Amino acid sequence: MLIINTSKSNPSNIRPSEITPKQNFEDRRAWLKVASSMLLSSAVLPSNSAFAANPNDKYFTKNDKRIGAYSKSHFGVGEKLTNYKDVTTYNNYYEFGTDKSDPAIHSALFKTHPWNISIEGEVKKSKIIGIDDLMKLAPLEERIYRHRCVEAWSMVVPWIGIPLASLISWAQPTGNAKYIEFISANDPLTMPGARVPMLDWPYIEGLRMDEAMNPLTILVLGLYGEVLPNQNGAPVRLVVPWKYGFKGAKSIVKIRFVEKMPITTWAKANPREYGFYANVNPDVDHPRWTQSSEKRIGAGLFAGRVKTLMFNGYAEHVSQMYAGMDLKKNF
Amino acid sequence: MKKQILYSKAGVWIFALFPIIRLIWLGINDGLGANPVEFVERSTGTWTLVFLLLTLTATPFRLVTGEVWLIRLRRLLGLWMFFYACLHIAAYVWLDYGFYWPDIVNDIVKHPFVIVGFGAFMLTIPLAATSNQVMMKRLKSNWKKLHQLIYLIAILAILHFWWLVKKDVTEPLYYSLALACLFAIRLYFKYNRPIGRNKIASNNMLM
Repeated sequence: MLIINTSKSNPSNIRPSEITPKQNFEDRRAWLKVASSMLLSSAVLPSNSAFAANPNDKYFTKNDKRIGAYSKSHFGVGEKLTNYKDVTTYNNYYEFGTDKSDPAIHSALFKTHPWNISIEGEVKKSKIIGIDDLMKLAPLEERIYRHRCVEAWSMVVPWIGIPLASLISWAQPTGNAKYIEFISANDPLTMPGARVPMLDWPYIEGLRMDEAMNPLTILVLGLYGEVLPNQNGAPVRLVVPWKYGFKGAKSIVKIRFVEKMPITTWAKANPREYGFYANVNPDVDHPRWTQSSEKRIGAGLFAGRVKTLMFNGYAEHVSQMYAGMDLKKNF
Repeated sequence: MKKQILYSKAGVWIFALFPIIRLIWLGINDGLGANPVEFVERSTGTWTLVFLLLTLTATPFRLVTGEVWLIRLRRLLGLWMFFYACLHIAAYVWLDYGFYWPDIVNDIVKHPFVIVGFGAFMLTIPLAATSNQVMMKRLKSNWKKLHQLIYLIAILAILHFWWLVKKDVTEPLYYSLALACLFAIRLYFKYNRPIGRNKIASNNMLM
């Protein structure tokens, strides 16, 4: 093979000091990969998160994040759904930032597969369940629920999930289990908000055993017929429709069955404003926000407010659990 | 000199019209996001605070540089602050609460951050009403006393912002620091720089 040597391109003219060490070269490659994926995610995510890079590829065929088989439920019939864009770009998920738009922008690098949930505490035997096995514990079901935030806004979301009760019966809690504690992921590397001590990470939520067993309480794995987007708490989150949204722990990595009432993150951060129960209650006001009415996301600039319902309109399913309790005190 | 003032006033007008034009543009083009009411409330609130701080910058700027031109724009900046405060209140009573007064009264009375914000707004009304030459002459030395309310308004406005946020106080912190700087400059010159004050006095005489 003939190689034409010009003085400029002669490889022998390259001094050893000019050669990039292999390690540097590879580091740069890795960095470029991360940087470009960040660029891509910030450019693509806000407009359409469905096509963002998500490592959840196992559940679906290529370029398809749709969940194959799930049944519909009678919940939410006649409700007007909040559109997909609003559900996936207006999020409170402080591990990805405190602005509502932050989670959609900053969650692209968060890895949700493989994913294991560790079951601990008052159970016959501590064990670990992978996300793929969790999905098979019960038939997937779509639940259209009203989602009421403590900040006095609300959405209507078509969640897909399984009853939390099905995981509880699989976990086999002992008689001492009076409460369940949910511990969320805390990965500062891929969760920029978790690098800031905004809240006491990891995020902790909890339910009383009867609340956890209530058929309305679900572990959510998807929404709008597709796998849960990262900004909504992928791969698995809790949804308790009669409570304020912050009760719905996202990206759950650990579930502990405990005897005493868990100290939950927001209640710890500000005990005067956030209680353990956090039931939606138009009669118990919040120091910041009027709770008697709410703004429906997506209703537009001139829609005004809608009346907030007791237990977010799910009183017939849940009120018996709080019979005789002073809900003003146990807010 | 006259021409310069005219140009700088035109500049203030263009700058001050930008936020409201932007809001209208975004509103027409469905660009106000998932919670448009909150967006409008936040935006008008922020710009109220910006104009409030600009108004309060005039004197420290003169103290430090000896330049008086910002003082001549102060009334205009103050009135724009009042304009955005009015929009902020309008967004609250109209867009947020649909003129439903029982809820509005309830919201104001029960929530500290709303009380201080509403209080700050009420205090701006007499200032805006007496901002013209006629009232200035009529009120004489009382005018200055009345308009010193702006310091209280600024503190209440910042408090309103601070108490509104749930946990992340970064943004209100920036505004607090800006206000603290402006106050610090005033205090410094008041107690430590009699020479500076003389210079200003002579500047005032020249005006």
